[in-house]
Amino acid sequence: MSTVLLLGVVLVLAAMAFVLCRGRALASAGGDMRRLHSLPEAYGWHGALMVALPALAVLVLWLILQPVVIARSVGAILPVTTTTQTADEAQSAQNAEELALMDVRRLAAGIDSAVSSGQMAEVAPDGAGADMAALQEALAASGVALGGAITPETLAAAQKYRSLSAIGLTARTVFTLIAALAGLAAAIMLTQKDFRARNRVEAVIKMLLIAASSVAILTTVGIIYSMLSETLNFFRLYPVSDFFFGLTWSPNFRGNSEFGLIPLVWGTLYITLISMLVAVPLGLFSAIYLAEYASPRTRNVIKPLIEVIAGIPTVVFGLFALVTVGPFLRDWVAQPLGLGDSGSSVMTAGIVIGILNIPFVSSLSDDIINAVPQSLRDGSYGLGATKSETIRQVVLPAALPGIVGAILMAGSRAIGETMIVSMGAGAAAKLDLNPFEAMTTMTVKIVGQLTGDTDFASPETLVAFALGMTLFVITLGLNVLALYVVRKYREQYE
Amino acid sequence: MNKMQNPETLVIANANKMTARKVQVHYGTNHAIKDVDVDILDKTVTAFIGPSGCGKSTFLRCLNRMNDTIPVCRVSGELLLEGENIYDPRVDPVQLRAKVGMVFQKPNPFPKSIYDNVAYGPRIHGLTRNKAELDAIVESCLKKAALWNEVKDRLDSPGTGLSGGQQQRLCIARAIATSPEVLLMDEPCSALDPIATAQVEELIDELRSQFSVVIVTHSMQQAARVSQKTAFFHLGHLVEFGDTGQIFTNPGDPRTESYISGRIG
Repeated sequence: MSTVLLLGVVLVLAAMAFVLCRGRALASAGGDMRRLHSLPEAYGWHGALMVALPALAVLVLWLILQPVVIARSVGAILPVTTTTQTADEAQSAQNAEELALMDVRRLAAGIDSAVSSGQMAEVAPDGAGADMAALQEALAASGVALGGAITPETLAAAQKYRSLSAIGLTARTVFTLIAALAGLAAAIMLTQKDFRARNRVEAVIKMLLIAASSVAILTTVGIIYSMLSETLNFFRLYPVSDFFFGLTWSPNFRGNSEFGLIPLVWGTLYITLISMLVAVPLGLFSAIYLAEYASPRTRNVIKPLIEVIAGIPTVVFGLFALVTVGPFLRDWVAQPLGLGDSGSSVMTAGIVIGILNIPFVSSLSDDIINAVPQSLRDGSYGLGATKSETIRQVVLPAALPGIVGAILMAGSRAIGETMIVSMGAGAAAKLDLNPFEAMTTMTVKIVGQLTGDTDFASPETLVAFALGMTLFVITLGLNVLALYVVRKYREQYE
Repeated sequence: MNKMQNPETLVIANANKMTARKVQVHYGTNHAIKDVDVDILDKTVTAFIGPSGCGKSTFLRCLNRMNDTIPVCRVSGELLLEGENIYDPRVDPVQLRAKVGMVFQKPNPFPKSIYDNVAYGPRIHGLTRNKAELDAIVESCLKKAALWNEVKDRLDSPGTGLSGGQQQRLCIARAIATSPEVLLMDEPCSALDPIATAQVEELIDELRSQFSVVIVTHSMQQAARVSQKTAFFHLGHLVEFGDTGQIFTNPGDPRTESYISGRIG
């Protein structure tokens, strides 16, 4: 039975359990709902869950464990690799074993499809007496291409793989159905009017909610773990101090690379700083206008228009930077001032990212300013304060924690922005104070180092993980700082 | 307790501070205040009483143009502060509100320290030249509001951390720090317990020596205790206006009598 069909059967059984348990609960109360502990639906759901959960657990476990078990027992009959001493040799031996297993799997799948389509006779269970060349030809005729020639060992392993898989499939179906039926029987036995079905259903719902919230956390942990191990690999190949304190970034795929982090961090922070200098005043001022001065009608027109910016893909902003802002700054600002003649510059990327971030700052701050109670404004007006005094001295301080949060969100986006930087600021890692020079950021370099056909063993590619880890730590630090600032002010302002 | 009804404290000789003649207020199409004539005397407590929705708070907010912040509200008629029409286009509502201060129904301390709350008005109006003068104003206002002894050791802690009664007294201290000529109080005790209410009432009686006070209240006992003049509002009309003692003991209008004896409202 295929997995999908099996799932269907389990669901049908669950639906049956719902109807049966609901009916049984009602019958045990003599049809009077008030004598039941829980609503009849709760008994139904309890039955359905009792069927579905154990069956699905068996199925999932089986799907995870079966390949592992089969690989181990098939691997045992493959040619034994020589025992190895060093870590490097162990690594390559493991790789060879994986490749051999992959061959076995491909051969097994090929024989399966050829036999089932009737283009080939069944092969003897242990592969004995088969003509290797004829077999390869037959497989090729039915559209199965194999990497190399078939050896008797591979064929024997493939046949074992096939027979184990067939047994596994049957056993999987049987055990899943047994679990489902056992659940059904247990649910029906348990269902009577005093059984606390609602409590158990709600416990399952709670587990579901917990599982949903742990997915995000587990993903973060997984990301850190995978980055951490590759980062450690990188630091085995490249000195830590040269990475963190090096002033030159010049990766070279023939070797002799220099991975100095400082120019990238400088580029990232410089571009972020300029973008915040654009986004924070413009966003905050437009938020104040929208929340305090604009009539409701104006606000209803302007606010969606500002938010349109947030919906534009960043690559389009990158084009804007490349074609419009960059040349404009070069021809009208940088060249007249004698600050260089580079079309892509920190200033270009910073300004465009800043514009991209205006709606984030303004929309969030606008909502936060609106949430400041009217009574505070009245209190200030009642003392003879003007509108601007009220906004500066009462409304904005009261909204400060939220505004800081909005600004830091925009900051995180600016730090992580890749597309606009690579199109607007170029890809040259430089350490310079001139904002009209081309520079680049960590994110652009991560993409750059991973693009192309390279394996994950050279420092040139592994450095991307070290960069990612550093970026992660920097943004984490910023967020912690933000939390601290917000909490400090919240104590004072609420 | 009934010293207000003692003829010696009845203020008759005091000059008119504010005068209202044929004041009308419209909220959109709703005619909220109709033909109200009231005289607010200097250094006197005037109470506005009446059932909910009768317009007493609306009228109070006309006295310092707080209704300007509500877009649909229109005020017509004549409202004079010392002979000057406060709805004249030449009058800046901001300057008016510095002279006619307001305390609200719900305590609304700013999210600032206790000191900064009281110093807010003097700072924005530039009433002091140096820190020492500001300190003196803050201390004297907190003393007048009977809050000094409770907060003198924690002037830097947030005003929002005080209890409800303390917050309201802080708001009163904040309002008197700008040295207004008239202090408007919109149900200042409705969120307070009896002890805090008693403290605020005592304070109102003391403030009378310096300003004229207008208080909106739902408690007839409170009106009788703190005020010398009482105005009774009903359905947007000013039904009766006179000495507090006379209104409560010998009302001229049957509606006033019904209200203070608890038959309507």
